Amino acid sequence: MKYLDEYRDGGVASSIAKTIAETVTRPWVLMEVCGGQTHSIVRYGIDRMIPPEVELVHGPGCPVCVTSLEMIDKAHAIASRPGVIFTSFGDMLRVPGSRGDLLTLKSRGADVRVVYSPLDAVRIASQNPAREVVFFGIGFETTAPANAMAVYRARKEGVGNFSMLLSHVLVPPAMAAILQAPGNRVQGFLGPGHVCAIMGYREYESLAERYRVPIVITGFEPIDLLEGILMTVRQLETGRAVVENQYARAVTRDGNPAARALVLEVFEVGDRKWRGVGSIPKSGYKIRYEYRMHDAEKRFHVEEIATEESSLCISGQILRGLKKPSDCSAFGTLCTPQKPLGATMVSAEGACAAYYQYGRFLDSASLPAVTAQAPTA
Amino acid sequence: MKHPDPPPFSDCPIPISETEEILLGHGSGGKLTARLIESVILPALASPALEALDDQAVVSIDGTRLAFTTDSYVVTPLFFPGGDIGDLAVNGTVNDLAVGGAKPLFLSLSFILEEGLAITVLDRVLASIRRAAARAGVSIVTGDTKVVDRGKGDQMFINTAGIGSLRPGVSLSSRRVRAGDAILLSGPVGDHGMAILSTREGLDLEGQIQSDTAPLHELTAAILDACPDVHAMRDPTRGGVAATVVEIATRQRLGIEIDEGAIPVRDPVRGACEIFGLDPLLVANEGKLVAFVPQNASAGVLRAMRATPLGAEAVRIGTVTEKHPGFVVVRTLIGGERILDLPFGESLPRIC
Repeated sequence: MKYLDEYRDGGVASSIAKTIAETVTRPWVLMEVCGGQTHSIVRYGIDRMIPPEVELVHGPGCPVCVTSLEMIDKAHAIASRPGVIFTSFGDMLRVPGSRGDLLTLKSRGADVRVVYSPLDAVRIASQNPAREVVFFGIGFETTAPANAMAVYRARKEGVGNFSMLLSHVLVPPAMAAILQAPGNRVQGFLGPGHVCAIMGYREYESLAERYRVPIVITGFEPIDLLEGILMTVRQLETGRAVVENQYARAVTRDGNPAARALVLEVFEVGDRKWRGVGSIPKSGYKIRYEYRMHDAEKRFHVEEIATEESSLCISGQILRGLKKPSDCSAFGTLCTPQKPLGATMVSAEGACAAYYQYGRFLDSASLPAVTAQAPTA
Repeated sequence: MKHPDPPPFSDCPIPISETEEILLGHGSGGKLTARLIESVILPALASPALEALDDQAVVSIDGTRLAFTTDSYVVTPLFFPGGDIGDLAVNGTVNDLAVGGAKPLFLSLSFILEEGLAITVLDRVLASIRRAAARAGVSIVTGDTKVVDRGKGDQMFINTAGIGSLRPGVSLSSRRVRAGDAILLSGPVGDHGMAILSTREGLDLEGQIQSDTAPLHELTAAILDACPDVHAMRDPTRGGVAATVVEIATRQRLGIEIDEGAIPVRDPVRGACEIFGLDPLLVANEGKLVAFVPQNASAGVLRAMRATPLGAEAVRIGTVTEKHPGFVVVRTLIGGERILDLPFGESLPRIC
């Protein structure tokens, strides 16, 4: 398939991996910011192709993972109301809140639907004028324009029964929080390609300068990721710390101004609570006052719901790159993808879920030989 | 609630889920399905034939060996590019018999119809059933019809059961899969699942993706003619090729290596999978076959498959190994490695 196969070429991949091995002289810790990048790294086995000196830690860039517990509880409370059609991207449905997940709620009769675009939710609202239709608007800057467009269109077209439960997060404040955290290990970043396609990368230039950290805006295909790793390692080895753009086929320095203007028409920057991390100032979007009739938190009066997280779960430290999933006492025992304590175990993009498979593989050689027992009748 | 019987294959580190209600994911072909079968259904109904967990049971009546199977069909929409619920209901059951090494002979047919369904819709489905049965060489010999209140069924559900006669000397079961076996796949994957999904989600691909629903009995006969000692055959439906190989690796405590670059996927299917964020290996097929063949017979079996219309694009996709028992390792397109695992429940579209 054109524009994809070129970035999945085995020969090119092994030659870049070889160059990385030739370039590296000492250990470096790199963080890939996006969940989509984590997914590709695991899916294509990139972490096992690069030299052991280069350690990849998985960043906070899975919007499903960082959505706060209380936001999920709010979603649960709204979706439980009679007459509500609750719509969401698919992978958000399985994330457990303190009252359970949305898929289970659906099995109990709540009208919970997967949509592929927030505009689909607006369409459902105009087709069902007697029902309240709510969209769970999560994500980083990448999905913000589409979410903003849904609210904008709903107001313009008078779809009064549409509202959005907004839990948008922003990448640069999270990166700053990671770099400021005591014990931070991250020395270089693979920057978020799709986020920068919208936002450009000017904001990242000040981060690179202030924290003396190389940031390479990186795409999502295997060749993109290997190239991004190589560019970051080269900067580290030569003592440079600037923003470079590996993903030039999608990202420019200024991003997409029309999309940004739409986002700022509908949303404004505000404080946001991150799952496992806590509140980060000015790290998210809120719906502007002018659009408040489409703000589900206000419409359903769920603003006061507040929830504390499990004290066992260390997903906050994992999201900041301070600990690895295997450092957690609950990992693989009390906490599994089937029964997750924290959201990093839920999403396929979450670091714990990715490690769960990888770790099991490492241990498989030491698993006792087991013969299948027939069940006793 | 704890079940009194220990689940079989209890080496699994995964705790029993505390889900106490049926979720849609229990029907996905993923881990939830496996758990429902192993920890709820099997302990209640244990019998040697059931425990094999093959696609069909082998039963003997007065020394005659028969293959017996049943399947229910619930699909939205009822009519989709390349097929409909009618030919699906015939081919699916025919294929469960065929991959057991049987010649499909007789089918039962039960309808559960929703009040308000147009008779013309039923007519179209029946015509399709008649054509599919003729193509597969089976007779529909008994049936049943029930009607449920409006809103209590999704237009139409179909159940079919089938009986076939087993070839003498042939013994196919996932229990016979051995380290060293070659793994052969009859053609491109993902057509059926993506035909359904792109129709359901209104993804306009101008009819480029057609369901692959087809009867496999001629292909399986060609394979058994070439090598009566084939160890196992499966049709990778729900859960795709991944569910087939992961299930065999897990249950038989064998390792499986798959070469991702060898898996054929048609371009429109690849494109649709990219859009939905799905792995083609996990997408359903309705006219494909995976065969586990002794190493020394694999070239001959592959030639025989390619000589049939449904096996023209057959390829070898991997090998069974003694290494990493219980795990399927995929050699990725770029030469990396990853573990292939089943999704927990439904494959949910990802946000990014």
